[in-house]
Amino acid sequence: MIDSIINYSSIASLILGILFILIGSIGILRLPDVFSRIHASGMIDTAGTAFIILGMCLQSGISLITAKLIFIGIFIFFTSPITGHVTANLARKKGLKPITNNKGKTL
Amino acid sequence: MMFLAILFSISVCFLLILIRLIAGKTTYDRILAANSIGTIVVLAISIHGFYMGRPEFIDISIVYALINFIGTVAVLKLFDKGKLGDK
Amino acid sequence: MINFKSIILFFLLLGFWLLMSGHYSILITSLGIISCALCVYLTIKANILDNEMLPLYFFPRLLQYTLWLIKEILISNIETAKVILFKTEDPELFTVKSSQASNEGKVTYANSITLTPGTVTTQINENVFEVHALTKSFGDDVRSSQMDKMVSWLEKGK
Repeated sequence: MIDSIINYSSIASLILGILFILIGSIGILRLPDVFSRIHASGMIDTAGTAFIILGMCLQSGISLITAKLIFIGIFIFFTSPITGHVTANLARKKGLKPITNNKGKTL
Repeated sequence: MMFLAILFSISVCFLLILIRLIAGKTTYDRILAANSIGTIVVLAISIHGFYMGRPEFIDISIVYALINFIGTVAVLKLFDKGKLGDK
Repeated sequence: MINFKSIILFFLLLGFWLLMSGHYSILITSLGIISCALCVYLTIKANILDNEMLPLYFFPRLLQYTLWLIKEILISNIETAKVILFKTEDPELFTVKSSQASNEGKVTYANSITLTPGTVTTQINENVFEVHALTKSFGDDVRSSQMDKMVSWLEKGK
């Protein structure tokens, strides 16, 4: 009984993760410029990764594998904003103008 | 069976991001796409381990996550300064 | 000199060793203890163990902040998914002020902004952040400075 509940919630979590990763990939493909695409990439790094790792943790039960999976999750959670910020910062520094609609404001 | 379906869906996402990596327009788009592909590959290696029934593949995906981060930051630094050292 | 921070660092390193190793025989675990102690000795010798490396004053309120941040990330993920699927993007670029006193607090605030999808910190000058938001409502979320208050609250500690 409990086994099947854990199994089904693991499948649901994995499917939710795949859905977020798919939407993020569509966003990377579709959004207009680099600064917008970083948001889609952040979606893959946070929600997609978290749900897929949650699903795999439920599959493997309490073991060393689960601890390692949680370590991967924490590592990606900490490094994702760093790569995003460095990419955006370098693009701004090299003079790339984001597509915005607030032309009048100072920047 | 379920893990095979998930691997297939991940490869579809991989192809979608690969289109962006090839189409590019600017270097930053390509670096961002490469970083996202790295994250997806980390997940795909773990899921492949579960599919084969050998979850020890997690070790490889930890190493891949480390190299993905260091590699992205190193390429960005090289692109910024033209060299990797401090001097 | 051995202080509280070096002991915490030793146990963090030992936990990482035990996580990676997977073999718990006496020989291998004692080798791990020796190498962790060597690492801590070198860290003390090189004098790089300070507040910036282990901000202990964050720890008492860290759990509550993390739970709040995960809730925010989930909400903004769903919003970003809606924006991507229904093509309603309306990017904007603006500046916000941060009220944190220490560098670690500013880093935490900037990373929290970037970690919630829909907003990215692009440049940092002293305490003025330049933020890129995907739509106007994401921008309003940052401008309402709720996250700023939460990080300042986390920074005070205890």
